[in-house]
Amino acid sequence: MKAFLMYKDRDFDLHQKLPVNAEDLTQDLELNTLFNAMARGDKFLLEVAKTAVLCGADHSPDAILYRQAVLKDCLKNSAVVREIYAIAIEALERERKVFWGIFSKYPDAILHRAVEVMLIFVELLKRLKTLAEKHANEFDSEGFRTFFDMINRELNAEYFAVIQHHLRELKFRDGVLISARLGKGNRGEDYVLRKHTAQKRSLVERVFSRKPRSFTFYIAERDENGYRALSELKDRGINLVANALAQSTEHILSFFTMLRTELAFYVGCLNLHEQLIQKGVPVCFPQPAPAYERRHSGKEIRDVCLVLTLEQPVVGNDLKADGKNLVIITGANQGGKSTFLRGIGLAQLMMQCGMFVTAEAFSSNLCDGFFTHFKREEDVTMKSGKLDEELSRMSNIIDQLTPNAMLLFNESFAATNEREGSEIARQIISALLEKRIKVFYVTHLYDFASRFYRLGREDVVSLRAERGVNGERTFKLVEGEPLPTSFGKDLYASVFENTNLFLSSCTDE
Amino acid sequence: MTFHSILFERPQDRLQETPDMPDFFVDLNLDQVIEAITVTKQEYNLKPFFHTPLRHPAAIRYRHQVMQDLENRELFEAVETFARQMRAMREHLAQSEKLYYPYQKKRWFLDAVNIYCDAVLALTGSLEQIELKSRGFQSLREYLRGYVASERFTTLRAETRQLLADLAAVHYCVQIKGNAVKVRRYEGEADYSTEVEQTFKKFQQGEVKDYRVQFRERVDMNHVEAKVLELVALLYPETFANLDEFCAKYETYLDETIAVFDREVQFYIAYLEYMDILKRRGLRFCYPRVSNNSKEIYVEDGFDLALAYRLMRQNTAVVCNSFHLKDSERIIVVSGPNQGGKTTFARMFGQLHYLASLGVPVAGKKAQLFLFDRLFTHFEKEEDIANLRGKLEDDLIRMHQILQQATSSSIIIMNEIFTSTTLEDAVFLSRKIMEEIIRLDSLCVCVTFIDELASMSEKTVSMVSTVVPENPAQRTYKILRKPADGLAFALSIAEKHRLTYQQLQERIKP
Repeated sequence: MKAFLMYKDRDFDLHQKLPVNAEDLTQDLELNTLFNAMARGDKFLLEVAKTAVLCGADHSPDAILYRQAVLKDCLKNSAVVREIYAIAIEALERERKVFWGIFSKYPDAILHRAVEVMLIFVELLKRLKTLAEKHANEFDSEGFRTFFDMINRELNAEYFAVIQHHLRELKFRDGVLISARLGKGNRGEDYVLRKHTAQKRSLVERVFSRKPRSFTFYIAERDENGYRALSELKDRGINLVANALAQSTEHILSFFTMLRTELAFYVGCLNLHEQLIQKGVPVCFPQPAPAYERRHSGKEIRDVCLVLTLEQPVVGNDLKADGKNLVIITGANQGGKSTFLRGIGLAQLMMQCGMFVTAEAFSSNLCDGFFTHFKREEDVTMKSGKLDEELSRMSNIIDQLTPNAMLLFNESFAATNEREGSEIARQIISALLEKRIKVFYVTHLYDFASRFYRLGREDVVSLRAERGVNGERTFKLVEGEPLPTSFGKDLYASVFENTNLFLSSCTDE
Repeated sequence: MTFHSILFERPQDRLQETPDMPDFFVDLNLDQVIEAITVTKQEYNLKPFFHTPLRHPAAIRYRHQVMQDLENRELFEAVETFARQMRAMREHLAQSEKLYYPYQKKRWFLDAVNIYCDAVLALTGSLEQIELKSRGFQSLREYLRGYVASERFTTLRAETRQLLADLAAVHYCVQIKGNAVKVRRYEGEADYSTEVEQTFKKFQQGEVKDYRVQFRERVDMNHVEAKVLELVALLYPETFANLDEFCAKYETYLDETIAVFDREVQFYIAYLEYMDILKRRGLRFCYPRVSNNSKEIYVEDGFDLALAYRLMRQNTAVVCNSFHLKDSERIIVVSGPNQGGKTTFARMFGQLHYLASLGVPVAGKKAQLFLFDRLFTHFEKEEDIANLRGKLEDDLIRMHQILQQATSSSIIIMNEIFTSTTLEDAVFLSRKIMEEIIRLDSLCVCVTFIDELASMSEKTVSMVSTVVPENPAQRTYKILRKPADGLAFALSIAEKHRLTYQQLQERIKP
């Protein structure tokens, strides 16, 4: 029995290796904000969210659509989903409380515990079954339909009866029946637990068949060694059945574990969704395109982390970059360039793991690898080595690049003067484009940006952070030629003179 | 030709086994050699064979042939397999002795007999497949053919197989309820573990822990198991009655000749294994020509086995040496610097002759050796300053005894005798002894610092330990046939007192 709610045909591996750059991604895109929103303080939810988001699904649109469908079902039936999740948790917790005892080295004790655990599991499986019977038809996704079908098929009343029969039998009220052969030195070996068949004989058989010859002896009451030997003999007989049952409980345990793990992702999504709805931010299920295509377009794309952090509404941005390999973003300081870049990154990651995104519409091609190369403020301490550090980080990324990867640059290679920085950037980016790596590059390197603009390549688009006539930021990006200054003058003015901006907000009120 | 023994062709050839090692063993380091050869074969008590030299070249040839056959890997493996099985058989018998419950004892006995039958058949079968050249193995094959075809063996084997099959067919059930244990025949009841496993199969995913408990498997039984076995015997009365009868009937099933072969062939196996270790280091062995009348003797690239074995463990190369005595030459006088390999050479000479007399290959590429009647050694023992007088006296008494017993067919090996007296005395006494040996016409090696002994007679040959010309302190460990020079003598005295340039340099710390 498998949950298969994350993948159509395989388990979700919570302990899979995170991408090498997981830490960079988390830091650059402030992913912890997202994870915490999904977890709502639950450690396990946090862990699952982290792994699921950072590792993504398969790099195929089908795998993503599979999860999207399951997630849509979850949004529709959140109460039922949370109830199934609660059953899984209860199974795990109650199993943990069943005491192993000090005789865990003896089959008898192993069997005893396994029976007890199995009784708990049967109870919870029955509850799962009841839910499935009641609600299965409210779910549309392939994932949930398969799941409920399986529950209904595998866990029928007959099956529960068989299990319960075994659990009764395994208490051995009629004694333990063991067959054996003579091994080395005529010691018994090949001990096999046998089923009592006596009661199956008909009356005629019982009357006319010769009763099999048998001999019986008794262990004397005070014969402690005798009792010990007897229980060892018994243990040899039940060794295999104890193993079988204990392993079965472990299998069912892992079914519940898997169910809990896979649902945890969707529960995290439900948590996030509730918060976004509360904020009135539009969300949509993105359309994934195959990795070899070049798609990137959307409406009102928002940085979900900023949305979660800020009290006030966050401005969305549109993007039309289908067929593009390079998006260069220039323009005013604090004009929303970094926010836009993070928004692009977050949308990509969320799409790739099957989540909804904070946009009115979003479509993008999948990427095989996803990397960020952001300017690091904290690196200022080691001034002389800053470019060095940047380039070494770059080199690490290059080691992991595959075609159809995606790379976000934020103010990279600005640690030197503009001309040199531009040249470095030009060489790197030109190479990346040749290798069909998709690049988003936020930069002040005018020389670099304008050179690419002037090349007039079809697969390159230039965006500019807009500014209003009075120099105020709209946080909107428009397509356009890079401009030589980044409106630092304005920023300086707003901070040091604080005239225009202050005045304009006054008039608004 | 009837098979008698793999070590001795005819019953009259058989020599009394010698439990104690000969006197010269320690001097020649043969005690170490034989220890290394036999150490893994303690159970066979092989040393007495290695303590007993042969008297006739024909007896030596008999062993050479057997040994040469055994150098065929296939035959060697076959004999090894046989030995392993026989060992297993003995272990089973020993176990049978130790156990308490009759049906356990008897089953171990039955298994021992079964192993024995298999071993004999396997060996016989192998010998049929392999080309055998030695009279020893050919007649063994003849013997085994007759034995395995004999009624005695065929009945033994048939009854063993039948009984084992009957016991294997025993299948019983034990029903345990409270303190009651009911034993009856198995009646086809279904395997319940499999059924339970089957029921829960649908939950299977991934690897899980193995909860099976490993029981400590003892050889003996507890009294509950024994009681169960007793009742199983009642369920299968005929089978167990047969087992009783079998054990009584075949108490002395083991064929004496085969049992003797099992032990004696290990003489060869042990030596081959030992030789193999040294051969893997590039050292060579050969089958020497052995004569009891011609005193022309030689070896090419011989070596001291004990030293080679030790050096091999330290991963150090072994230096080989050669000698050749012909016509009237009888005595090798070895002189030259100390620590140059003189004693090693003397030991090698002794080892070569002794091992040749056992009928085994010896160290070297090629060898012709003399089959001696007695071998005498006189090696310098640790000096005891307090008892100088006594020691010289002991030396003389010992030499006197040797010369009284020695014949022209004897070999005498002397190593640095009379070092405890003045040079003048030493020269005088040595000359006297040498004259006597020359008169006896014995073969002799004499290691000495008195180089004038080397030119005493046409019977003496001078060999000298050598040094690297550019660095007199560095030894080559080569002993070469050349005239002794006085320098070597002076040097060896200086050396003995650790007063050479090199030694002083090392000794005097700045």
